[in-house]
Amino acid sequence: MKFTLSWLKDHLDTEASLDEIVETLTMIGLEVESVDDKSVLKPFTIAKVLNAQKHPDADKLQVLTVDIGSGTPLQVVCGAPNARAGLIGAFAAPGTYVPGIDVTLSVGKIRGVESFGMMCSERELQLSDEHNGIIELPEDAPVGTSYAEWAKLDDPVIEIGLTPNRPDCTSVYGVARDLAAAGLGTLKDGAVAPIAGQGACPVEVTIEAPELCPGFGLRLVRGVKNGPSPKWLQQRLIAIGLRPINALVDITNYMTFDRGRPLHVFDAAKVAGNLVIRRAKEGEKILALDGREYTLSGENCVIADDRGVESIAGVMGGEHSGCDENTTDVLIESALWAPLNIARTGRELGIITDARYRFERGVDPEFALPGLELATKMVLDLCGGEATEIRAVGFKPTEQKVVTFPVSEVKRLTGIEVSTEESLAILTRLGFKPQGQGDVVDVKVPTWRPDVDGKADLVEEVMRIHGVNKIEPQPMISKDSVSSRILTTAQIRTRLARRALAVRGMMEAVTWSFISEAQARPFAENRPLIKLANPIAADLSTMRPSLLPGLIAAAQRNADRGFRDVALCEVAAAYEGDRPQDQRRVASGVRRGTARPGGQGRNWAGNVASVDVFVAKEDALAVLEACGVAADKLQIEAGGPSWYHPGRSGTIKMGPKNILATFGEFHPRLLEAMDVSGPLCGFEVFIDAVPEPKARATRTKPRLDLSPFQAVTRDFAFVVSRDVPAGTLVRAALAADKKLITGVNVFDVFEGQSLGEDKKSVAIEVTVQPVDKTLTDEDFEALSKRIVDNVTKQTGGVLRA
Amino acid sequence: MNDLDQLEKQLLDEIAAAGEEAALEAVRVAALGKKGSVSEKLKLLGSMSPEERQTMGPVINGLKTRVTDALAARRAELRDAAIAARLERERVDVTLPVARSAAERGRIHPISQVIDEIAAIFGDLGFEIAEGPDIETDYYNFTALNFPEGHPAREMHDTFFLEPDANGERKLLRTHTSPVQIRTMETKKPPIRIVIPGKTYRADSDATHTPMFHQLEGLVIDKTANVANMKWVLTEFCKAYFEVSSLNMRFRPSFFPFTEPSLEVDIQCDRSRPGEVRFGEGNDWMEILGCGMVHPNVLRHGGLDPDEYQGFAWGMGIDRIAMLKYGMPDLRAFFDADVRWLDHYGFRPLDLPTLFGGLSS
Repeated sequence: MKFTLSWLKDHLDTEASLDEIVETLTMIGLEVESVDDKSVLKPFTIAKVLNAQKHPDADKLQVLTVDIGSGTPLQVVCGAPNARAGLIGAFAAPGTYVPGIDVTLSVGKIRGVESFGMMCSERELQLSDEHNGIIELPEDAPVGTSYAEWAKLDDPVIEIGLTPNRPDCTSVYGVARDLAAAGLGTLKDGAVAPIAGQGACPVEVTIEAPELCPGFGLRLVRGVKNGPSPKWLQQRLIAIGLRPINALVDITNYMTFDRGRPLHVFDAAKVAGNLVIRRAKEGEKILALDGREYTLSGENCVIADDRGVESIAGVMGGEHSGCDENTTDVLIESALWAPLNIARTGRELGIITDARYRFERGVDPEFALPGLELATKMVLDLCGGEATEIRAVGFKPTEQKVVTFPVSEVKRLTGIEVSTEESLAILTRLGFKPQGQGDVVDVKVPTWRPDVDGKADLVEEVMRIHGVNKIEPQPMISKDSVSSRILTTAQIRTRLARRALAVRGMMEAVTWSFISEAQARPFAENRPLIKLANPIAADLSTMRPSLLPGLIAAAQRNADRGFRDVALCEVAAAYEGDRPQDQRRVASGVRRGTARPGGQGRNWAGNVASVDVFVAKEDALAVLEACGVAADKLQIEAGGPSWYHPGRSGTIKMGPKNILATFGEFHPRLLEAMDVSGPLCGFEVFIDAVPEPKARATRTKPRLDLSPFQAVTRDFAFVVSRDVPAGTLVRAALAADKKLITGVNVFDVFEGQSLGEDKKSVAIEVTVQPVDKTLTDEDFEALSKRIVDNVTKQTGGVLRA
Repeated sequence: MNDLDQLEKQLLDEIAAAGEEAALEAVRVAALGKKGSVSEKLKLLGSMSPEERQTMGPVINGLKTRVTDALAARRAELRDAAIAARLERERVDVTLPVARSAAERGRIHPISQVIDEIAAIFGDLGFEIAEGPDIETDYYNFTALNFPEGHPAREMHDTFFLEPDANGERKLLRTHTSPVQIRTMETKKPPIRIVIPGKTYRADSDATHTPMFHQLEGLVIDKTANVANMKWVLTEFCKAYFEVSSLNMRFRPSFFPFTEPSLEVDIQCDRSRPGEVRFGEGNDWMEILGCGMVHPNVLRHGGLDPDEYQGFAWGMGIDRIAMLKYGMPDLRAFFDADVRWLDHYGFRPLDLPTLFGGLSS
């Protein structure tokens, strides 16, 4: 919403400075987005051409002698056809920035003749598109003074950003009312006197869609002369960024901004028969005033005559019945439209107009007919003619809302004490009508405030006008104890997971929650994809079923930039469905090239090996341990989901069903489908699958019993089938004596022809911790036998000779 | 010079000349061994007369002691030399590069770090962290938050919708974290003090808007919370977060469907240095958040009586306040996973934001 200072002062009697007005607007909720104080026009002065002679070397140029009021006439070369001795115009001296041509002038030589400035056209000053000649001012224009000041072009332009709840401030009058309420002057009387019409409006109006049109006013003015509108009106429209068209159209635009009352004018000669307000027929077309053709549907409301659609109701008029310089009889329309329908029509047709902007927010229903009167007055004043009576159809008296307002609500909600008198005075200045006295009053809401429904709305009115700045910050009731833990277990695990991965050298990324359908598909397994109906791009169209595709793609992007060894992780949501419980909390990561925790790349002490399934396993276990899971409570099974290498992937479970994590190198077909290259490994840990820790009655750790006897180790090597998991062998060794054996570590795995087909050798180091006595050789022999027997029993392996 | 003097000189010369332990040992054996030259002299004592023995005993024993001492001294010298030689042999080039600690190489994304900073501050103020799903229903995202059907404010959200499900219901990606307000009110009795960090989505894309971004929602509901309290909480938060001792903030009336009264908050700053914003100084106002008293209709949708309970809520962009504090120029880079960006703007994993240790190092 834009307006000029002088325009505002048409409605507001104020001594306040521009700065005060701007500051106040922002602080009462009409945020000032920009102020153009027109200082760019200040340097242009009124100058008189004393003498004009043909340029010696150019037919179309003249050499002028110009009096700029300084006593020393200047020589100026000018190409304007209307430049002549005696003309008074606008002069720009060297050094002046001329906005219309975006040039800062200097002393120039034009075809050999020096020019000390420029006589300007309106276009050069961005006053209009006029460029057929230089500006011509009346003879009494004072030479040597500021042109902008004399012509009142220095009127500052203020632009405010309106929130959608304030349709009343889509008018200069409404802005003035708010400022007056805030104490910045007095609101001038905006009452409108009716115009007595001669005879009935000959065009009849039928409302066939009353749900879309709660009222329609129409009046004919005969015998108008529709030329350009007066200068002051054009200047105001130009100042706020509108293009003057002709007086009738300019009047409608002026009313739209001055009073927030959009109007439409039809050239009566082009309207065939009577007007019907109805829903458009499916596929009905109209060529609108913007020169575009729109195809309408039954959801759009139109104004039609015998010929067809003449106007898209409340949004944009039709080209056919528009007013031009030949218009002599004009029909002025002032109507009410259903806001939601206007919003929908505007949105569907892609039309943004000042009328739509106001109708979809809600215009003052009580001003529809006064607005028509005021517009009629302007038409009569500016274009002459004779008005008929108004034809008003469908209007019903507006039901005025009444809010029961305990004045103490102001203090309750804002914390500031505002006296009852002041609260009610503020509301009254804004047009509310408090009725009765005492602590609770009934407040009648003005018809221009559709946003006000309840007492909280009234509190806001009082607060913003009284001044938000006056509310002193007040500490909340302070704590009476030390804060306890504020994060949930899941939140704590999320934080620990990302830091556990970062300390393993991974970089935490945040990638899009939506990915391409092609990337999502392989990771969705048999579940349906969660697709957006209106994605902004095809590669951001499907909710990710896993964090891996995004991370794999990110690793490849980095590789393509020359960073081949990257370790990326992310702890975020993956979406298995569209319900809240389908949103999984996942810690995931990928490593590429040689990005291992201990370092990467080539090294003088030995090159780092490519990443593999075991690094991914370390990562997954690191997350699980950070989440408080004891690694010895976990089962690790070979194989995982289809996107992994079937022989180089694993699944970590707790119990038979609960899958906590998967890890591995990726399936070559996946890498090919994603067009990425390896070496690459990755993992996913389902943080939300990790059981809640058991509640503990005490924080005391279990008693620690330290054995006084030396711990010893014994090595064993077994030859087993190649497909026997090392995990089974380790478990068998551990189970041989749960009391004495405290650890089993695999320190060598070897396959070779010497062992036989499909055999491997697994060497373990068993840590034995005697508890109550030093073990004898016989004790060790017995223990060793138990270990060997148990391993043989569980794995079919034999002790290697 | 008698023969004992001569022997001593000869032995001491030999000890001094011994270049290694084996040679020295040979000297020792030749002198002090069973048949060593000094041992032979000592044996002579037995065949001497008591008077002779009285004289010669100390002389010969003196010789033995001096030779023994000389041997020990020389042995120590040789050992020192051997160690010195070994150390020299073992010398390496310590300027050779070593791997950087994984904990120094890893990075925490600025969004995670800032969320941890926020949690530290609001935890101190007695708030809990709440969360909710990214995929929401129209009810939680709009209707319950007092967005009337078809209202222009709804359109301003540029909502991403899912394709309709079998029942024709069209779910959406939450456009703000505010649905969690309702979800919290439904499950928790006041007093409520929560902050809600999370992902939000709008169909918008340029240098300061991405289709996915992060918001921080705050909600306080009890029987007294008012605008004055809200001003205090938000001012204290901004001071703590930006780590400045004073800060000018400007609260100005605004509009949000789910708050009434509604306010927008600007923060005074200095933007005269390119690529840097300083708070607590300067002449610019920068919008940083929106807030207001929870709308009575929202309280009702949460199952609370607006005449008994009241409270305030606010929302701010986490990515935005991260950019303001740490100076990233382009929001889109947050989600690109470029390791150069992560390395530069990310945080070391052991830099945990706390109030006792400072939010940032």
